Amino acid sequence: MKRMIGAALAATMLTTPSFADEVKIGFVTTLTTGAAVIGNDMRQAVDLAVEHMGGKMGDLDVNVIYADDGFKPETGKQAVDKLVKQDDVDFVAGFIWSHVLLASRKSALDAGKFLISTNAGPSPVAGKLCHKNFFSTSWQNDQTPMAMGEVLNQRGVKSLYIMAPNYAAGKNMVAGVERTFKGEIKGKDLTKWGADAQLDFSAELAKAKASGAEGIFVFYPGKAGGAFIKQYQQSGLRETMPLYTVFTIDGLSIPKLQAANFEAVLGSHTTGHWAPSMDNAANNKFVADFKAKNGTYPSNYAAQSYDAMFLIKSAVEAVGGDLSDMDAVRTALEAADYDSVRGPYTYGANHMPVQNFYLQEIVQDADGNWLKSNVSTVFENHVDSYAADCSLN
Amino acid sequence: MDYTLLFVQMLNGVQLGLLLFLVASGLTLVFGILDFVNLAHGSIYMVGAFIGASLTYVVGNFLLAIVIALPITGLLGYLIERLVARNLYGRDHLDHVLATFGLILVLDTSVHLIWGPEGIAVPLPLWLDGRVTLFEGVVVPTFRLLIIGTGLAIAAGLFWLVNYTRLGMLIRAGASNRTMVSALGIDIQTLFALVFALGAMLAGLAGMLISPITEASISMGGEIIITAFVVIIVGGIGSMKGAFVAAIVIGLIDTMGRSFIDDLFKLFMSSDAAETSAPAVSAMLIYIIMAVILALRPQGLFPPKVR
Repeated sequence: MKRMIGAALAATMLTTPSFADEVKIGFVTTLTTGAAVIGNDMRQAVDLAVEHMGGKMGDLDVNVIYADDGFKPETGKQAVDKLVKQDDVDFVAGFIWSHVLLASRKSALDAGKFLISTNAGPSPVAGKLCHKNFFSTSWQNDQTPMAMGEVLNQRGVKSLYIMAPNYAAGKNMVAGVERTFKGEIKGKDLTKWGADAQLDFSAELAKAKASGAEGIFVFYPGKAGGAFIKQYQQSGLRETMPLYTVFTIDGLSIPKLQAANFEAVLGSHTTGHWAPSMDNAANNKFVADFKAKNGTYPSNYAAQSYDAMFLIKSAVEAVGGDLSDMDAVRTALEAADYDSVRGPYTYGANHMPVQNFYLQEIVQDADGNWLKSNVSTVFENHVDSYAADCSLN
Repeated sequence: MDYTLLFVQMLNGVQLGLLLFLVASGLTLVFGILDFVNLAHGSIYMVGAFIGASLTYVVGNFLLAIVIALPITGLLGYLIERLVARNLYGRDHLDHVLATFGLILVLDTSVHLIWGPEGIAVPLPLWLDGRVTLFEGVVVPTFRLLIIGTGLAIAAGLFWLVNYTRLGMLIRAGASNRTMVSALGIDIQTLFALVFALGAMLAGLAGMLISPITEASISMGGEIIITAFVVIIVGGIGSMKGAFVAAIVIGLIDTMGRSFIDDLFKLFMSSDAAETSAPAVSAMLIYIIMAVILALRPQGLFPPKVR
């Protein structure tokens, strides 16, 4: 009897067809721990994208398989291994965290899959470790803080205190602002990061205050951002040391900060490549439907993930659904021939977007909700600083 | 060196230490007196923070929310004792670890289901949200002073409770010889449940006090429980005085490490190397201290006399 069941099971497993008429996309993000709030936002955006496509890319059905990285590089790598070996996906997409992407990239690329980062942009993947099958729908980590450094120069800020978490992206963000900022760096702190990240910044804020810098630049994504803003406000630094942030006050932290009535946020500045208020057909549809479905403005994480789905769709349609021809798919991806919510952009030789970066302000919409809005363009068609190190040309 | 900065950093260190003490005191009570390893103590801290945060929005007042939330976390501790811990007292520590690790998963997932993954920011009343100038050049957030005040008051209260009350006497007696105490007609089970509930309330209070600073979030329990164990091991397991001294020492060392280690390193290495190595070393500092203290005094700084 047992043997018969075994045989029957084996038979079903053998006959499970590997559908040639679907596009399989493995989407790796953080679905547990406090950072799940970012992962959920990305997942909602991907689901919305699939809905907007009617579940089809060309003639092929879209099949998205979500995987959780648990905010840990080793878990992320295991998830990618499973996606490429067991599920045999066509595309591996997602990745919030630079250290998770760096640990996972080899598994996806060595298996001959396309890897599309929808957020993380650590310097190696743009430079020395660039790969013909790696694409990004976000940015290289250094670029957004580089834009902020430029803004600081324009505003005549002479000295700066810097704080960021101690991991790949934190170091890139610091390197970015240091590259463009022409004034003096009065001091910097890299704080503990990961599942047991440091969230009490009293010691660092006291140091910043004692340094006498004219401004403070921080990068604290996810929940650490909210924690930092609160402590910044409580410390009273606001009067003497204006706050300049990247990826700290975002679509995810703004509603919470508004609920807790942190007026300091309103009118504060950041830089970025996209804002929910950008006026183009793709973005208007994305933002309106996302808001109708989930009740909040989408974050940049959501926007980048939504874009990734349409980037893949454009490539699948360009090759007429024949995903076996990887060279043709790659050429189609390189064209970036789709309606991105940030407006049109192109790909550099290292497959990083060449795009505009804007100065952004937190403003109030007609219903009293806070959101990010573009003020002016800081960089036009900006190429990241590591493109020259990439051997793909 | 800048002395006002040094003073502010000492205050910050004491504040961190007192928060650690609130968590560690409950842990050391339960570990030292009930001989029960409660890894889920950090999760009670988290649940306390979430209950306090939700109630703040319901009743509209942070302090009133704490007053209501405290008995609720106490009740949660009591229930955990009745349903989980009580069945395990006779077993060895590995079973405690397994069961309470399971409890962490249950509590974390429950919080995820009830409150979602995004955490809750807690607004403070205006009079707590400001700053106080202690003297020239030293300005500290009012709320951090409140944490220091509450921490010291709780420490004094616990000292009085354990050393000068009948309940404290029973707790100490139960710790040294549980069988003898119950033979004398004391209801040791109720006593243990009370101790457990008290520990839960202390952890919950710490969670409620930290949440206006860092937000209530799912992983906050895991962040503090390891440090709390370091505190009770350095202080001597079961010793309230040890927990207090060790918590303040660890709080100060951690804060001072984060503040001054990079400057210190720059004296004898390049600025780049100092910037890279300082965060790593300051994150390790409390464990280095623990290793040193354990090497010199394996029983901790203030081991309880009876045992």
